[in-house]
Amino acid sequence: MDIRPLFHITGTLRKQVSGLKIKKRYSGWFLAPTMIVFITLFIIPLVISFYFSLTVWSFTDVTFVGLENFRMFLKDKALSHSLMNTFLYSFTTCGIKVVLGFLLAVYLTGNIRLKRTLRSLVFFPHLVSSVAVGITFTALMHPSKGLINQVIRWFGGSSVNWLGDPSIALFSIIGTDVWKGLGVATVIFISGIQAIDRTYYEAAEVDGARSSQLLRYITMPLCRPAMNSVIILALVSGMKSFDLIKAMTEGGPGTSTEVIALSVYKQFAAGYYGLSTAGNVIMLIMIGFIAYPLQKFLISREE
Amino acid sequence: MNRKNLRSILATAAGVIAGFFIFVIPFLFMLVNSLKDRKSANKLSISLPETIHLENFAEVIREQNYMLLRAYKNSFILAFFSIILLILFSSMAGYVLQRRSDRRMSAASALILAGLMVPPAIMPTIWVLQTLGIYKTMFGMILIEVALHTPFTVMLYRGFMASIPVELEDASYIDGCSGWKTFWTVVFPLLKPVSATVTILNAVSVFNDFMNPLYFLPGSKNVTLQLTLYSFIGQFSSSYHLLFADVILIVLPMLILFFILNDRIVDGMTAGAVKG
Repeated sequence: MDIRPLFHITGTLRKQVSGLKIKKRYSGWFLAPTMIVFITLFIIPLVISFYFSLTVWSFTDVTFVGLENFRMFLKDKALSHSLMNTFLYSFTTCGIKVVLGFLLAVYLTGNIRLKRTLRSLVFFPHLVSSVAVGITFTALMHPSKGLINQVIRWFGGSSVNWLGDPSIALFSIIGTDVWKGLGVATVIFISGIQAIDRTYYEAAEVDGARSSQLLRYITMPLCRPAMNSVIILALVSGMKSFDLIKAMTEGGPGTSTEVIALSVYKQFAAGYYGLSTAGNVIMLIMIGFIAYPLQKFLISREE
Repeated sequence: MNRKNLRSILATAAGVIAGFFIFVIPFLFMLVNSLKDRKSANKLSISLPETIHLENFAEVIREQNYMLLRAYKNSFILAFFSIILLILFSSMAGYVLQRRSDRRMSAASALILAGLMVPPAIMPTIWVLQTLGIYKTMFGMILIEVALHTPFTVMLYRGFMASIPVELEDASYIDGCSGWKTFWTVVFPLLKPVSATVTILNAVSVFNDFMNPLYFLPGSKNVTLQLTLYSFIGQFSSSYHLLFADVILIVLPMLILFFILNDRIVDGMTAGAVKG
């Protein structure tokens, strides 16, 4: 007699029972508080933002204007400038953080003393608020008295107007952002490097590999998951950046350091709520069309 | 061996010197200038103060009818309650999301994790808050911080749940505990390490939050620390000694936290980032 169908039946039966048990044990109610808060204050605003971005809106009355707000964003000089600056800002900070973060992590996992102290040193700016960092670096970058210019003059160079020169200002803020955010990137790289199996290095050393080869053919490919985390994290936070720029230049001089998050705020403060919401939607689209596919691509390359 | 030691010492020395100039000097700069009088602080140099002016701190605290103290109170209330709610809500959510894998739970997971990347829609959120009648209230602000930190916190809890053996829960059910009681008496205590990480990372983030209180909690009654700091930029633009005294007072809580819990913060940071 073939008893396999019988097994099959008991198998499904058991699955159904355990399915019921699981649903009873791990009741969906556990999710309720999180979902209520998250949906009410994050998902619902997100969904209705698509509608309000198509309107001229002042909380009390709404006039539908179609894609007018988005046209304005692309046409208006200040607003389209803020789009370009956001790209430049997020890609530049991301690139620098990846390269410097990796090199620092290699150094901090290498053959040195005082590892813990040095790691803490690199990480501590993360805990200082952006506003405080902004104030400090604005003072350090002061065109005549600032410490950075004093050092440059001492070496015989001439002063740079870090935050007052429209062609440099954005890069000065990018530098400050890197100073503040490098610690996080480094720490992620360190944990990626530490997760690499030591035996790879030993085997390569036995085969006579030089340390530059170890770095290129073992460390770099094997800490790729960490690198992907850093890339996505830095890129997304760069696209959302607001605090530091607001504290340092408010978007000036002119519109040279204007970014989308700042435009959203300025349109909000000026009472153009529909335009402000459109800025939010543009930010969402940027992240959705750049960061999200990039993440998919990076993860697919991991395997 | 000796040569290797020498190289290691040289590399360390180079790192310490570079680290000192890049990371310590800006901090020393804040500190020395907060201790100077007005005239020498406005020179923005890093020289040591000739006389120490601790009264700068008292003056900053008295400013605008003790605004800084109110801001301390508000920021602590905000951080305290949002973290309590985040721990309670997100641990429950992370628990169910990790243990169940049916379609509805995967959808809920995806929805929450999308929040890691997606920027919050500011104006519609204000509209929702107004409709609920909690705009410009501390209660509304606490819920906003909870909503915005939910994705990251749930992700940490869900990741950690995977390391807790399900047999413990089985044992508890056999002894007749309900699902609710099992979670709070058996599972929740085991989540302590992650709860500690969640507390620290969210404390730093809520405490240093500038943008969200700017939008959702305007007004001088509910002012938070980063907002006072921002308003002092304009007010003290020609008295750097007071501005830096303010910076030091506002940075201090996080620096103290850092010196006490240094390793925990760094470990938590990597746990969160790499799993994402």
